[in-house]
Amino acid sequence: MSHASPQAADTWTSAQIQAVVDEHRSLPGAMLPTLHALQDRFGHIPEAAIPIIAEALRHTRAEVHGIISFYHHFRTQPPGRHVIQVCRAEACQAVGARALEAHVKSALGVDYHQTTADREFTLEPVYCLGNCACGPSLRVDDEVHGRMDAAGFDRLTAQLSATVVEVK
Amino acid sequence: MTTTIYVPCDTTARSLGADAVAARLTRAAERLGVAIQLKRNGSRGLFWLEPLVEVETAAGRVAYGPVAPTDVDALVEAGLFEGRQEHALALGDIEDHPYLARQQRLTFSRIGLTDPLSLEDYTARQGFAGLQNALALAPQGIVDEVKASGLRGRGGAAFPTGIKWQTVHDTPAAQKYIVCNADEGDSGTFADRLVMECDPFMLIEGMTIAGLAVGATQGYIYLRSEYPLAQTMLDEAIARAEAAGYLGDDILDSGQAFHLEVRLGAGAYICGEETSLLESLEGKRGLVRAKPPLPAIEGLFGQPTVVNNVLSLAAVPFILDQGGQAYADYGMGRSRGTLALQLAGNVERGGLVELAFGTTLRELMESFGGGTRSGRPLKAVQVGGPLGAYLPQSQWDSPIDYEGFAAFGGVVGHGGVVMFDDSVDMGDQARFAMEFCSVESCGKCTPCRIGAVRGVEVIDRIRAGERAEENLALLSDLCDTMVDGSLCAMGGMTPFPVQSVMKHFPDDLTPRQAEGGR
Repeated sequence: MSHASPQAADTWTSAQIQAVVDEHRSLPGAMLPTLHALQDRFGHIPEAAIPIIAEALRHTRAEVHGIISFYHHFRTQPPGRHVIQVCRAEACQAVGARALEAHVKSALGVDYHQTTADREFTLEPVYCLGNCACGPSLRVDDEVHGRMDAAGFDRLTAQLSATVVEVK
Repeated sequence: MTTTIYVPCDTTARSLGADAVAARLTRAAERLGVAIQLKRNGSRGLFWLEPLVEVETAAGRVAYGPVAPTDVDALVEAGLFEGRQEHALALGDIEDHPYLARQQRLTFSRIGLTDPLSLEDYTARQGFAGLQNALALAPQGIVDEVKASGLRGRGGAAFPTGIKWQTVHDTPAAQKYIVCNADEGDSGTFADRLVMECDPFMLIEGMTIAGLAVGATQGYIYLRSEYPLAQTMLDEAIARAEAAGYLGDDILDSGQAFHLEVRLGAGAYICGEETSLLESLEGKRGLVRAKPPLPAIEGLFGQPTVVNNVLSLAAVPFILDQGGQAYADYGMGRSRGTLALQLAGNVERGGLVELAFGTTLRELMESFGGGTRSGRPLKAVQVGGPLGAYLPQSQWDSPIDYEGFAAFGGVVGHGGVVMFDDSVDMGDQARFAMEFCSVESCGKCTPCRIGAVRGVEVIDRIRAGERAEENLALLSDLCDTMVDGSLCAMGGMTPFPVQSVMKHFPDDLTPRQAEGGR
């Protein structure tokens, strides 16, 4: 995945990565839980984690890289402050997802897998959020928004960009 | 007196503002000094009415919907807390609504009625009655009951569930597994999500019964990462079930053990294919395995494994509670029981419709769905997810059952029904089918990995007017190659929507401005 610009400061240490890996290594099929835990903790899976995971789970580094890159969810670069996933699947297409997608890209000035210059938003495609009766849908971080249109998207990003997050 | 108010907590209701509605109702009650108990129930699946607020009254639960956060004050002023029905959004007793009253809800009988995480609510409505019966039976007795129900895999492949269980039951091993396929990736489907978010104990119960039947003590729910709320609900429900003795080393003092864990996928559609799912659970790339060996004989970590869809496992508590025959009494032909149909896309009244097999698409889309949301004429409907054919009007009157649909090249699949109005460009849809496959192919076999990429290119050439006739012939050949030569359904069925467009909507696959499709 390519991002507009790398984050200035790294927010992890090898010891922290090792601790997360150690916490999960004894699980049967530990790889995905380990990768999820790392990404949940650090926002991405730092390159430096690959040899640590390889060592702990007895894989080659190439295998670990192969696994990370196989899954769309995992990223090796830090995302923006919010991750926006726009649903591209058929049920949303039937109610205007293609137009919404075009608007989102031009409003943010980025394509999929990219992050806005101000590091506010990372844009990703998603193939179905399971909100198919009320599309077009998009997900911001862990929240799904239904019946989304261009105006709704602009309101949403304006709210998210505000420095103080309003309490509902 | 305290009035109980229900505001659903599922993803769809929340995506339309249910949390803000709940907050405003609480504030209004405080302001007016009205004592209310706000319960976050599951959704009943009448999604066009979400957020659907219900008020407990002497005459039953009366409903209002769809309630936007900005409607709350006016509704309260019009007597919502007393259940008065003057406001335009008042719907009366929701149980009498034809959309609900005409359904045959066996699996979804509790959905929307209960607090999803309340064991008390669950057991008050037959919850764990199936498990109690299963504990009194020998494993073979449980398998026989599931066989008698005629239940077939609801993920889409429609393999008889009882036969699969029998195979795992008959295969000796020190460790066996129950794996729930909760990687509900088909666009237009949300029934698994509803089960997990709105009635998670039902899935836990179904998996526990499966464990007892085949002698498996460990279960995994492989859940897609696109469903964060389902993960929260399942984790909490599992913790509560364990604490109450429904899971663990000694289920309800029977001396039998079953442990359950949620494992998160990572955004790969292919991991809904069972062998790819098992690879992923083992911590590898989700590459499909060649079959045989069947997962029932060599599955997770090489051990005998039941891999069932959420809806298959969710049907089991009813079957063990009411008997296999009670389930088999519904349906037609070799498709027994009920199917969770999901109305999606360009639909006026989208939502979950659980009906016995045998209803028609037209009935579903018109009587239940109310036509398109846009009000324009319906043009095509895709049933069974992104690998299902686009069906033209001439095919909307066949009864929905596995064999009937297969006879004309249709796919029932997981029951998703995605409606499109006449503004759809079917050429775009054909292109997207190939594009989706190129993004999501696991890459193991060539027809799928390369075929999908070539498919996009060929469709682009046809639409650009570049030797259209020859390229249409090439596309047809390519589809045949993918159908015949792919290792699994991803590459093997991706051509279905493409071929259906070529056959039924040929006018949309002609030279045009080469721009569309993105």
